[in-house]
Amino acid sequence: MFNAKLPEPSLDRVDGRLKVTGTATYSAEYPLENLAHAVLVTSTIAKGRITGLDFKLAESVPGVLAVISHLNSPGVPGYPPVKQPAERAPIGTALRVFYDDFVYFSGQPVAVVVAQTLEQARHAASLAQVNYQTEKHQTDFEANVSKAAVALSVQRNKTSPFQDYDRGNPDAIKTADVKLESTYVFPTQHHQPLEPHAIIAVWETDDKLTIYDKNQGVKSAQGNLASAFKLPRENVQVNSPFIGGAFGSGIRVWPHTIAAVLAAKKVKRPVKLVLGRELMQMSVGSRPFTVQKIAIGASSDGKLTAITHEGIGQTSTYEEHLERTILATRAMYACPNVSTRYRLLNLDVNTPTWMRGPGDATGMFALESALDEMAHELKIDPLEFRIRNHADTDPERNLPWSAKTLKECYRTGAERFGWDKRTSEPRSMQANGLLVGYGMASSLYGFHRHPSKAKAVMRTDGSVVMQSATMDIGPGTGTAMTQIAAKMLGVSPNKIRFDLGDSSLPDAPGQNGSATITSVGSAVHVACEALKKKLLTLAAAMPNSPLANSRFEDITAKTGRIFPTANPSASISYADILKYHQLPQVEVTEESKPGPERDQYSMYSFGCHFVEVQVNPLTDEVRVSRVVTCADVGKIINYKTARSQSIGGIVGGIGMALMEESVMDHRFGRYINTDFAGYHIPVHADIPQIEVYYVDQPDVYVNPIGSKGLGEIAIVGVAAAVANAVFHATGKRVRQLPITVDKLV
Amino acid sequence: MKPFQYIRPTRLKDAIEAVASNPNARYIAGGTNLIDLMKRGIVSPEKLVDINGLPLKKIEKKTGFLRIGALALNSEVAQHRLVLENHPLLAQALNAGASGQLRNMATVGGNILQRTRCPYFYDPVFPCNKRKPGTGCGALEGINRTHAIFGLSENDPAQSCIAVHPSDFCVALSALDATVLVVGTKGERRIAFGDFHRLPGNSPDLDANLEKDELILAVEIPDAVFTKHVHYLKIRDRASYAFALVSVAAALDLENNRIKAARLALGGVAHKPWRLFEAEKALVGQPVSETTFQKAAELAMPSAKAFAHNAYKLKLVPNAIVQALKSAAALV
Repeated sequence: MFNAKLPEPSLDRVDGRLKVTGTATYSAEYPLENLAHAVLVTSTIAKGRITGLDFKLAESVPGVLAVISHLNSPGVPGYPPVKQPAERAPIGTALRVFYDDFVYFSGQPVAVVVAQTLEQARHAASLAQVNYQTEKHQTDFEANVSKAAVALSVQRNKTSPFQDYDRGNPDAIKTADVKLESTYVFPTQHHQPLEPHAIIAVWETDDKLTIYDKNQGVKSAQGNLASAFKLPRENVQVNSPFIGGAFGSGIRVWPHTIAAVLAAKKVKRPVKLVLGRELMQMSVGSRPFTVQKIAIGASSDGKLTAITHEGIGQTSTYEEHLERTILATRAMYACPNVSTRYRLLNLDVNTPTWMRGPGDATGMFALESALDEMAHELKIDPLEFRIRNHADTDPERNLPWSAKTLKECYRTGAERFGWDKRTSEPRSMQANGLLVGYGMASSLYGFHRHPSKAKAVMRTDGSVVMQSATMDIGPGTGTAMTQIAAKMLGVSPNKIRFDLGDSSLPDAPGQNGSATITSVGSAVHVACEALKKKLLTLAAAMPNSPLANSRFEDITAKTGRIFPTANPSASISYADILKYHQLPQVEVTEESKPGPERDQYSMYSFGCHFVEVQVNPLTDEVRVSRVVTCADVGKIINYKTARSQSIGGIVGGIGMALMEESVMDHRFGRYINTDFAGYHIPVHADIPQIEVYYVDQPDVYVNPIGSKGLGEIAIVGVAAAVANAVFHATGKRVRQLPITVDKLV
Repeated sequence: MKPFQYIRPTRLKDAIEAVASNPNARYIAGGTNLIDLMKRGIVSPEKLVDINGLPLKKIEKKTGFLRIGALALNSEVAQHRLVLENHPLLAQALNAGASGQLRNMATVGGNILQRTRCPYFYDPVFPCNKRKPGTGCGALEGINRTHAIFGLSENDPAQSCIAVHPSDFCVALSALDATVLVVGTKGERRIAFGDFHRLPGNSPDLDANLEKDELILAVEIPDAVFTKHVHYLKIRDRASYAFALVSVAAALDLENNRIKAARLALGGVAHKPWRLFEAEKALVGQPVSETTFQKAAELAMPSAKAFAHNAYKLKLVPNAIVQALKSAAALV
């Protein structure tokens, strides 16, 4: 059932060659004629108002075409008129670009310089003078934590999952045999994809806009720009076929996108804008700084009796970013008494956003650390403790799971890792003069599926074109979809082309929430099924057709031919079907969407991670030396791309655990480590052997293909597994990430 | 980036004159630090004098010392036979620095003259006496996790600097008593490595005791006995490609399990590589043992002073010294 090696076939990435040979064209790389270059001028204060703009020097730089600010912006028609006197944006307002003189965070775009060349634009931007009236900013979470409150959007929505939640007796914690309470601090982190955010904006006519843009959803970018610029949707074309990583940073449209579109409008030329690394940390969102308090009660025989989980997340002063932080705690373990509270703290920072495993990565760091602390306290093996408290049904919704094989994940993970060699006392294991620690944690992520369409086209030569406005930010969407289509149609993958990342294609959700395979994969499946049915009908109509009376269930498709399953020699090729009917092509567009199954079953992906760390007892340096991860995500479509996704999640989790942190100096309300020398992500030397296993069984209730999302659970829980291993190695519990040397010395 | 002139002279004299005659001219070699500084607006030279056309790449054994030309690449030096045979500590230190790509670009002279990695230095929004004297030290009351604990100015600290020198190579050069050979309009001179870099004092904008027109020609490392028991320990936030939180260059000469000679220098703790003369002295004549190393390490610490976020270095430094000495002595 578990697959240590890659079972065949695992299709190679269909765009792998393009990517590794540098011939895949990314957003900033379109060689458009007459292209101008834009560079942002961003605020140097965290709160205040712009009192003066002096662009004389900037404008005098040769090649400069325009310097645009709120004083001369062509304007975004979707914004309301500026009130007189101007007011700060009310909660729920996305940052309005070059709109008025208010500054909401350090790094906010306040002007954009457009020039013939990038060098000219950069130089001119450095000469732009902006004067501010500063107001006292608040960016320090701890200093302001007393102002945390229930989000306004939650107050207005009585059915919000972020409402205060109590299951059983909220006071049960007080009478627990054993009780522990701890506070966990999760720092601000940034996505840091290697490809920076980039856009080329082109106004084809006064009311037709084309952008080449790094984002995670062409349809949502299209809709957002259409409403901002009051254009019919179809007049906005978004092209994003290749994305160099995003991890959530491209889910929403950020101010620089609007700035580039405004700049192109102003100079009446295509305009390219690429964010520098420092603006990747200042002007697109982050995983929010979050503080969590968990109290956990257990009986002395190792049963959870009560959990209270309070989370406070940081957000901006103008928008509320909520994420799942405390939600996993309600569903993860069989515990009769569970209370959760979720609060937001508005600070003078850029609005946070979703980042891989949003909320759950944060919440499960706390919950899975707390579980480990309790297991230690109870002197029960941490894995055994989790098995004893396994939730056989969803304790939050009182529903059966659509499928859950977490216990098998535990078993196989433990076996492959050699968990039984773990001696329970901290500091009890050593190798080569180093302390060795074993840690583990569970992982989960909710199942998301959205309505999605796909078009399937059979051409006269028997080749297939599939189209959907889905995305590939890295997992290999086109590859997996090609494989689904190949299997359903019985056509060789090399005869299938899958188009994505283009807003003119059939509707599909953006790539987020681990929903692509399950949503778009289902659409591809049903579209191919419909195409095959249509082709069967056409084949049946041919003279002396061996398929004349065949039902769909009784036919098989293979190597571009269909035939009665009982009589493989009586086959007809797709090409011949089209040729006979003199059709240039046969096409279908189908939609797949979730149904009532959501109300009958509780749906999650589950998994677990086992981590070994080695710690130098003198210098306290921690290195992860081994990882085994197991995931239960239903049917695996492509082992190679799945495995890559799991490895990527583990790498991100190791970064989260040991090094990633956006450090802000609150005197200035500004991040200080805005380059890759200061913001550390793992390098090869940080990454050990990672073993990946899957329970490769279809979840028959979730969708037609039986697959669930993998992207998020790959990272959720990893940081806790590392922290737990560090505790086991050193006896030191670090509750504030990242676990750097200074916290261990 | 401000527009600038660029020339690539092939004669030493022309290069020196080009820099001497223009107060805003700068030498450029590998550019691995200068280009970053220019992009971020930290320095804005009007003229770049590219010295890569000068014949300064040679690595050669002279009587009594090894000479490494200023334009020898970090990667070349780290794998050069003469370096590995005579001064393996240098190779270890070089390989601990930066990444393969950077070491293939970075030169010996540029490594020695690289600027600090203090984050306050790199963002013009923050005050920084090193970047703009008189604006204050951003790190002093700010985030100073990576900052200095030794060699701090005794005058008004707000007018000074608590940044650290980022080089690994220089820590090893310091331990090995290297000399820097420089040339300027006034001719050649040799500067002992310990005198080359400065403590911040009242002019933290100056990293080195070098005249503006002066150019490094070579570093010279005197013949030494430290070929076997050496170790460069670098403690950092990730396994590779990160600047040192603390680093230790340790070199021992051992006979019958006793220490005949010792060298110790620290990185990541001061405005310049920090040599530990007293600790070295205390090691000489002692048996190889963890106790010996611990005693020496303690001698390093009395002058240390920590700030809000770097107090961990007070504990980490002595432990790192012990670890480096243990590794050098192959004592497990």
